[in-house]
Amino acid sequence: MIGLLSYLVFFATVATILAIAVLGLNLQWGNTGLFNGGVAAFFGAGAYGTLILGGTPQAGHLGGFAMPYPLALLGGMAVAAALAWGVGRLTLKLRHDYLAIATFGVAVAFENVMRNAEWLSGGAKGLRGFERPLQEGIGSGLAYNALYLAFVASLLLLTYLFLERLVSSPFGRLLRAIREDEEAARSLGKNPAKVRLTAFVTGSVIMGMAGGLYATFYAFVSPQDVLPILTFQIWAMLIVGGAGNNRGAILGAFLMWGAWTASGWALSRHAPVEAQIYAGSIQYVLIGSVIVGMLLWRPQGLFPERLVVSQSGGATRPAPAK
Amino acid sequence: MADPALSIRAVTAGYLRDLPILFDVDLVAEAGKITTIIGPNGAGKSTLIKAIAGLVPVTSGTVRHGGTDITGLRPDRMAAHGIAYVPQTDNIFRSLTIRENLDLALRRAGLRRDAIRARLLAQFPALQAKLGDKAGSLSGGQRQFLALANALATEPRTILMDEPSAGLSPRAAEEVLEMARGLTETGVTILLVEQNVTQALRLSDHCYILAEGRNQIDGKAADLLGDPVVAEIYLGGKRLRVGA
Ligand SMILES: Nc1ncnc2c1ncn2[C@@H]1O[C@H](COP(=O)(O)OP(=O)(O)OP(=O)(O)O)[C@@H](O)[C@H]1O
Ligand SMILES: [Mg+2]
Repeated sequence: MIGLLSYLVFFATVATILAIAVLGLNLQWGNTGLFNGGVAAFFGAGAYGTLILGGTPQAGHLGGFAMPYPLALLGGMAVAAALAWGVGRLTLKLRHDYLAIATFGVAVAFENVMRNAEWLSGGAKGLRGFERPLQEGIGSGLAYNALYLAFVASLLLLTYLFLERLVSSPFGRLLRAIREDEEAARSLGKNPAKVRLTAFVTGSVIMGMAGGLYATFYAFVSPQDVLPILTFQIWAMLIVGGAGNNRGAILGAFLMWGAWTASGWALSRHAPVEAQIYAGSIQYVLIGSVIVGMLLWRPQGLFPERLVVSQSGGATRPAPAK
Repeated sequence: MADPALSIRAVTAGYLRDLPILFDVDLVAEAGKITTIIGPNGAGKSTLIKAIAGLVPVTSGTVRHGGTDITGLRPDRMAAHGIAYVPQTDNIFRSLTIRENLDLALRRAGLRRDAIRARLLAQFPALQAKLGDKAGSLSGGQRQFLALANALATEPRTILMDEPSAGLSPRAAEEVLEMARGLTETGVTILLVEQNVTQALRLSDHCYILAEGRNQIDGKAADLLGDPVVAEIYLGGKRLRVGA
C-alpha cells in the first residue's frame, strides 16, 4: 500500500514538473507559433543552474554556491532566460522549420557541453553535492516527497494562472494578432520581433523552472537528463493535449507520462528477454507513433484551443451569439 | 505651396534585391486630398503602397512624409510618423473582438485612448453595435470599416489603403469610399489603390496610372476622366502599352 502510494507520489511529481515545461512550450508554440526544437536545453539550463547555485562546493566542477533554495531556483530560471535571450536574438528571425532546426542544434550543443565541460557541469558523471531543501527536518521518506509534490503542484497552478492571465492580457491579444497577421500588426506600430522574443524568453524561463524542480527532486542532474528525447516527450505531451490550450497541455503531460511509464513497465515485464535491451528504443518508437498518429488524425489535440477561426474568415463559434 | 504630405521620388523597389518590381516611380500626394493609383493587375500598385509603408525594400529613390525622409523605415515605426497602412486583405484580426481590435491599435494612445475609442465608434456606428463580436463575423464592408478604424486609432496624418472596395457590394464600396472622402475633410491625406477606374477618378483629386512598375499617366482626376486615351485604355478594355 505504502509502496503504491510512494509510487503514485513519485509519478505525480515528475508528471507535474513535466506539465510545467509543457506550459512553457505552449506559450511558445500554442500561443505564439514559435517552433522550439530545443526544449531540453532550456530545461537543462534551469536544472544545471539551480544545482550549481544551490549545491555545496564541490571539487572538480563549478559551484556550488550554496545559495538559499529559492534564490538558486530563480537563478536557474535566470540562466534559462539568458540562454533563451541569446538564442532568440539569433534565431527568431528564422522561419518555422529553420527555427526548429536551429533550436534543436542548440539543445544538442548544450548536452555536449554539459557532457564534456567537466569543470562546469561535472561531465558525464553529472552534478552532485546538492541537498534538497528542508531535507534535514523532514527526512527523505514519503512525507518529504508528498510535501515536494504539493510544492511543485502549487507552482504548476501558479504558472497556469499566470499564463491564463497573460493570454487574456493586452500582451496575449498582441500575440494572437501577430500570429494571425504580422503585416497588419506591424502597420499598427507593433514590433513582432520584440513580442516574439518576450514570449520565447518567458516560455523558456518556465521550462527552466521545470528543469530546476526536476533536478531538485533527484538532487542530481546529468547529460542523460537533457537528451533530445526530452524535447520530443514535451512536444508529444503538447500535441496530445492540444496546442493553445493550457489545460490540455497539463492533461497531455499526465497522459503521456502515464503512457511512457506504463509502456516501460509493460516492456520490462512482458517483452521477451531478447527484446529487453531494446525496450528503450521501443519506447522511442511508441512516442514517435503517438506524435505522428495525433498529427494525422487529431492535429488539434484532445483539448483544442477554444478559439477557432477558419482561414476563410468566418469565425466558427460553438456557442450561439447572445 | 505647402509641402506635399507624401512625395515619392524615383523609387525603385522589389521583394528581392535583384528583382525590382517598381522602376523610378514618382508620386506626390497633396495634404488633405485623395490620390489614387490605378493600373492593370500586377502593375505594382500594392508593391508601391508597401514600399511606402516600409514592407518592401526600396533599393533607390526617396520617400518623404511631411518633410521627413522615411525611406526604408521599419514598418512598425511608420505609425509613429503618422502613416497608417491598410492592407488589401487580412487587414483586421479575425480572432479578436471588435473592441480588442481597436484596443490593440489604441495601445500607444495612453490616457487619450478612451476618448479616441469613443470618437471612432461615433464615426463608425456599425461597429458600436458589435463591440463584443469576433471581427471574423463582420460583413465585408464592416471589415473595411474596422480596418479603417484600426488605422485611425493610431491618429495618422496619411492613410495608405490598398483596394478598400475590392470584393464589396457596390453599396458597401460606395460607403467605404464615402468614408474616405469624409476623412480628408478632417485634414487626413489618403493614398489609395482602386480597381474600379471610373469610381477612382470620380472620388479622387489626383490620379496616377501605373503599369509594369512604371509611371504612365497622371493628372487631375477630373481631367483624366475626360481624357480619350484613358477612356480608350480603361473603358474600352484595351491593354495599356508600356511607355505610352
Ligand atoms: N510577396 C511577393 N514576392 C515576390 N513578388 C511579388 C510579391 N507580391 C507580388 N509580387 C510581384 O510583384 C508584381 C506586382 O504585384 P502587385 O501586387 O504590386 O500588383 P498590383 O498592381 O497590386 O496587382 P493587383 O491589381 O492584382 O492587386 C507582380 O509581378 C507580382 O507577381
Ligand atoms: Mg494589389
